[in-house]
Amino acid sequence: MARVFSKRSFLPGLLLLVLILLATLPLYARGAYILVLLAAILMYIVLTVSWTIFSGPTGYISLAPAAFFGVGIYTAAILGKVLPLFAVVVAGGLISFILALLVGTITLRLRGVYFAIFTFGLVVLIKELLLFWEITITHTRGRFVVLVDNTTIYYVMLGIFVAVMLTAYFIRRSKYGLALQSIGEYEEAAAHIGINVTMVKVITFGISAIFMGAAGAIMATRWTYIDPYVAFNPLLSFLPVLMAIFGGMGQLYGPVIGAAIFAYTEELLLTKFPYYYMLTFGIILVVVILYLPNGLVGLIPKLWRRRAGGQRAST
Amino acid sequence: MIVTILNVVIAGLLMGGIYALIAMGLTLQYGVARVLNVSHGEFIMLGALLTWTLYSAFGINPLVSLAIGGPLIFIIGFLLYRTLFTSLRTRAASPAAYEGSSLLATFGLLFIIQNIALAIWGGGMRGYSYLNFGANFAGAVFPVNRLVALLLAVVIGLIFYLFLARTRLGKAIRAAAQDPATAGLMGVNINLVLALCFGLGALMAGFAGALVSMCYPIYATMGLEYTIIALIVVVLGGLGSIPGSFIGGFILGLIGSIVSSWQPGLAMAAYYVLFMLMLLVRPTGILGK
Repeated sequence: MARVFSKRSFLPGLLLLVLILLATLPLYARGAYILVLLAAILMYIVLTVSWTIFSGPTGYISLAPAAFFGVGIYTAAILGKVLPLFAVVVAGGLISFILALLVGTITLRLRGVYFAIFTFGLVVLIKELLLFWEITITHTRGRFVVLVDNTTIYYVMLGIFVAVMLTAYFIRRSKYGLALQSIGEYEEAAAHIGINVTMVKVITFGISAIFMGAAGAIMATRWTYIDPYVAFNPLLSFLPVLMAIFGGMGQLYGPVIGAAIFAYTEELLLTKFPYYYMLTFGIILVVVILYLPNGLVGLIPKLWRRRAGGQRAST
Repeated sequence: MIVTILNVVIAGLLMGGIYALIAMGLTLQYGVARVLNVSHGEFIMLGALLTWTLYSAFGINPLVSLAIGGPLIFIIGFLLYRTLFTSLRTRAASPAAYEGSSLLATFGLLFIIQNIALAIWGGGMRGYSYLNFGANFAGAVFPVNRLVALLLAVVIGLIFYLFLARTRLGKAIRAAAQDPATAGLMGVNINLVLALCFGLGALMAGFAGALVSMCYPIYATMGLEYTIIALIVVVLGGLGSIPGSFIGGFILGLIGSIVSSWQPGLAMAAYYVLFMLMLLVRPTGILGK
C-alpha cells in the first residue's frame, strides 16, 4: 500500500519540482541567454504537443501549424499596440481556434493525404493573400511588433506550455481521447458505435490550434519586424511533425523529449552548420521512420524487453 | 484585344507544359508506388541545378543535359525505392500505414536533398541565357526557350503516355496501379515495377527541372513551390491519373496566366482556391475514378 502510494505521488512530485525550478529560473539565471533559449525550446514543445493532441491519436497528418502560428504572429502585430499582452495572446489563440474550426469543418471530411495537402496549402494561401494585401492595397510590406522583455516572454511561454500539457493529459485520459483513438484506428467503426466523428475531429483540431496561435502571438514580440514570409514559414509546419515522430507519440512525454532535443541541438548547431544540421536531421528522420516507428520513447520498452529476455535466457 | 488574349493563352500554355510534366511524375509515384512524394520538387531542383552546372562549367547544351541529368535522377529515384520505400512497404501493417510512413519519409528526403544541394551550390539564385530571344506570334512575342520547353514537355508527356498505354511494361505498371497483389500473382515483378515507377516519376521531375532552368531563375530551395503546384495539379486532374495530370497542368497554367494578367500577386492564391473547390466538390479530380 505504501509503495503504491509513493510510486503514485513520485511523478507528480517530480513534475511539480521541475515546474517550480522553471518558474523561479529568472530569479537566479544570469544573463538573458538561458531565458531566450528556454522560451525557444518551450515554443517547439508547445507546437509539437499541440500538434500531437489532434494528429497523434487520429493519424490525420496536419500541416497547418505554420498557419495557426502565423495567425498568432499577425494578431500580435495588429492588436499589440491597442491591447495588453495577455489579451493579445488570448486573442491569438482564439482567432486560430476559429480559423481551425472553419478549416476543420470544410476539410476533415477529407481522408489521409488529401487532408495533409489541404492543410499545407492553407499556409501558402494565407501567406500569398497577406502579401497581396500588403503590396497592392496597403503598400506597406511587413509590420513592427511592440517589444516585450525576455522574462515576460518566458513566463507567458511557460504558461502556455503548462496549459497545453494539462490539456493534452486530460484529453488523453477522457472518453474523448478514447473517441479520438478509435477514429484513428477505424473511422467507420467509430461512427457506428455512436461517436460524432466529424464533431470530435473538428473540435480537437480547434483546441490544438489555440496553443499554436497563442505561441505565435507571444513569439512575435521577439522579432520586432515581421512580414508574411517570416510569419508563415512552411518549415514550422514540418518541424512539429518531425519532432513528434522523433520523440514518439505513444506517450505524452514523447513529443516533449523530441522537441526539447531538437530545439536544443538547433540552438547549438544551426548558426554554425546550418546545411549539415538540417541534413543530419533529415537522415535521422528517415532512420527513425525506418527503424523506430514509435520514436525515441518506443525504444525504452524495447530495450527493457531485451534486458528482461536476456535475464530469462541466463536462468 | 486579340493580341492580349493570345498573349495570356500562350503564356498559360508555356507554363502549363512544365506543370503537366511535374504533375505526371508525382501522380505516377502516388498512383502506382503509393508514395506521396513531398520531395518531388527537390528532384526538379536537382535536374535544374545539374543542367545549370553542365551548361556553365562545361558548356553542354541543356537539351543534351536532359539525356545526362534525367537518367542520373532516375537511378537515384529507383535506388531510393529499392532500399528505403521497399523496406517501409514490407514493414507496414496496412496500405494506409505505408502511405503515412512513406509520406513522412519523403519529408526526410526533402531536408536531405535540399541541404546537400545547399552545401554544393549555396543558396543564391542561378540562371543562364539559352535561346533567349523572341518569336513573334500574330503580334504577341514569346521567348524561344519557353516554346522549346513547352514542345519538349508535350513530347515527353506523349512518349510517356504511349509507353504506359502500348508497351508490355506499361501494362504491368497499370496492373500494379490497380491491384499490386493480384498483379504480382499474374507474374508481374511487383518490386521492380514499383521501383521503376518511382524512378520514372523522378525522371519526369529531372526533365522538368532541366526545362525550368532554361526559362526561370533557379535556386537550391526552389523545390517546395513546385511540389505544391504539382500537388494542386494532381488533385485537379485526379490523384493517380496520368492523362488527368497532363490536362490539369495546362488548365492550371492557363488559370495562372489569366489571373496573373489581372493581378500578378494572386496567381498562387487562385491555384489554392481552385484546389480547395476541387477537393470539396469533386475530390477525385477531373479524370479520377
